[in-house]
Amino acid sequence: MGNILEIKNLSKYFDDFTAVKNVSFEVEEGGFFSILGSSGCGKTTLLRIIAGFQQESEGEVIIHGQSMKGIPPEKRPVNIVFQNLALFPMMNVRDNVAFGLKMQKLNKTEINSKINEMLERVGLLGFENKKVTDLSGGQRQRVAIARSLVMNPSILLLDEPLGALDRKLREHMKVELKLLQKEIGTTFVYITHDQSEALVMSDKVAVMHNSQFEQIDTPRNLYKNPKTAFVAGFVGDTNRFELQSLEGNSMMTQGGWKLQQPDLNSKAKELYIRPEALIINPDHGLENVDQFDVTIKTILFDGSNTKLSTTVNESNEELLISMPQNAQFEGIEEGHKLNVGIHYRDLKCF
Amino acid sequence: MMNNKNNFNITFYLLIVPVLIWLIFMIVIPHTELLFSSFLVEDDLGDMVFSFGNYIEFFSQKIYWLTFVKTAAYSIGVTLLAFIIAFPIAFYLTKVTSKRNAGFLMLLLLIPLWVGELVTVYGWMVLLGDHGVINHFLMWAGIIDEPLNMLYTNFSMVIGLLYMSMLFMVIPVMSTLQSMDDSLIEAACDLGASKWDIFIKIIIPYSMPGITSGAIIVFMLVIGDYLAPNLLGGKSSLWFTEQIYNSFLTTFNWNEGAAFGFLLLLLSSGIIWLALKLSGQKLEKVGS
Repeated sequence: MGNILEIKNLSKYFDDFTAVKNVSFEVEEGGFFSILGSSGCGKTTLLRIIAGFQQESEGEVIIHGQSMKGIPPEKRPVNIVFQNLALFPMMNVRDNVAFGLKMQKLNKTEINSKINEMLERVGLLGFENKKVTDLSGGQRQRVAIARSLVMNPSILLLDEPLGALDRKLREHMKVELKLLQKEIGTTFVYITHDQSEALVMSDKVAVMHNSQFEQIDTPRNLYKNPKTAFVAGFVGDTNRFELQSLEGNSMMTQGGWKLQQPDLNSKAKELYIRPEALIINPDHGLENVDQFDVTIKTILFDGSNTKLSTTVNESNEELLISMPQNAQFEGIEEGHKLNVGIHYRDLKCF
Repeated sequence: MMNNKNNFNITFYLLIVPVLIWLIFMIVIPHTELLFSSFLVEDDLGDMVFSFGNYIEFFSQKIYWLTFVKTAAYSIGVTLLAFIIAFPIAFYLTKVTSKRNAGFLMLLLLIPLWVGELVTVYGWMVLLGDHGVINHFLMWAGIIDEPLNMLYTNFSMVIGLLYMSMLFMVIPVMSTLQSMDDSLIEAACDLGASKWDIFIKIIIPYSMPGITSGAIIVFMLVIGDYLAPNLLGGKSSLWFTEQIYNSFLTTFNWNEGAAFGFLLLLLSSGIIWLALKLSGQKLEKVGS
């Protein structure tokens, strides 16, 4: 499938700061593309430029191979789901969803059949005459998505639409949104500061930091092989160490912890280790695995996400280790000494 | 628990007493008194007797109910004009200009209220008179040869009424527009709505509660106004309040004046009720 959206060297300058700096990317037709970044990184500005609400300072937005320069938002083949949803409070569910179709001057029967089809798809059939102010958060969410999708856009832009929901509902909507996208096949460009949303739903994720893209990759690669220190620290839980000295294949952290890595970057300053990359009680014969002892300080119980807070012996570095909740590790308690291993490829140095 | 309840009661009464005093002494008693006296007529012997005579007088004299209808029609018209002028102002102040500018412009709008209605009415007389500023300027510029007759007409009266009431439309509309998220406009735009569609289908319906409460205030102020129709309107544009004034103070028929006053109250309440019904608004919602 071809690229439906291409962004070429896009920049946006405001008076005294740069919101978007030389960003380029492509989105495949039917894909779910997320832009992940903390607040103020420029991701909303980027989305608004694609939607046409703001003008780019440099670069180009191309949709379906056609430049969008000078084309106003109402003429672009994209629709946007706003952060606060922006439902029309004086209208009921049906009128909200019908708004765009009425603007297209479609006839009544066509509008009705399209609305019914869309409401059925988002599970809101029977709610047509309810006021949007009487709906729950999740239902309002679905009205907003239905209102945009009924326009049959080439690309649907979503600006942190799950931000206002409570945790439980957000988890639920995440799955629902992904399934909906798969089912209808519309290209989604999704903006979020929540890495779990981005990782769970997307085919591809772009990590944005200080107005620039740090890395564009699949969620798995982003997690496994971060290309920059920012991505390594931002995506997922991680242990971060500052390096004091490097010598050949060995390195030493500020806290005096010595580790080996065969292909060590001589300019590395930081070391990142994922909690789940650490192997508890490894076989002594394992190859390419560095082994060391730690002392357990405390157990941070959190169900399947339980971690051990430990100190690396013969140094004063602290290390978080994931503890699987199975019978093998039931005996582990605070104060115990533990042998831990790490594969060379899981030592990420930048 | 008991103690708590008592405390609540004392606070409740402390708060309600001033309101009750106001309502009873300023509104209920005088109006009841007026209502009674509107049903009293002097008989041949000079005694006051109960009668519908004052009300019958109103319906049998053409001049009275014609003035009545005219007052109502003009009040509705002025309310509409106030909306047409005030809405763009309110929109500009809340959505277009910067906050700092808006504060300054709001101050300018408030100035006519500071000097009082009488002064502004005299101001308009100075402007609109046969030898007033506007005529003087137009003649000096050579656009007209004879002064335009603007003062003491319906035109000058409407201007005076608009001028004193317009601000009461601007403020409630501004407060509803302020609560409107700009993303609503963007969402409508995103869904393909033209500027006109956005205005008619989104902005106006959203600000309807503000428009309605503004309209009620303006309508009430205008229909009950006395100064502007009296000073700017002249003889041809008799306002119903002037009839009431005449009954009380020119012919000294207080009973008739009371009856006319009640008719005005009924008329304005009736029109507001009808307007609320027609626009589908609820008074509770408008008040909030």
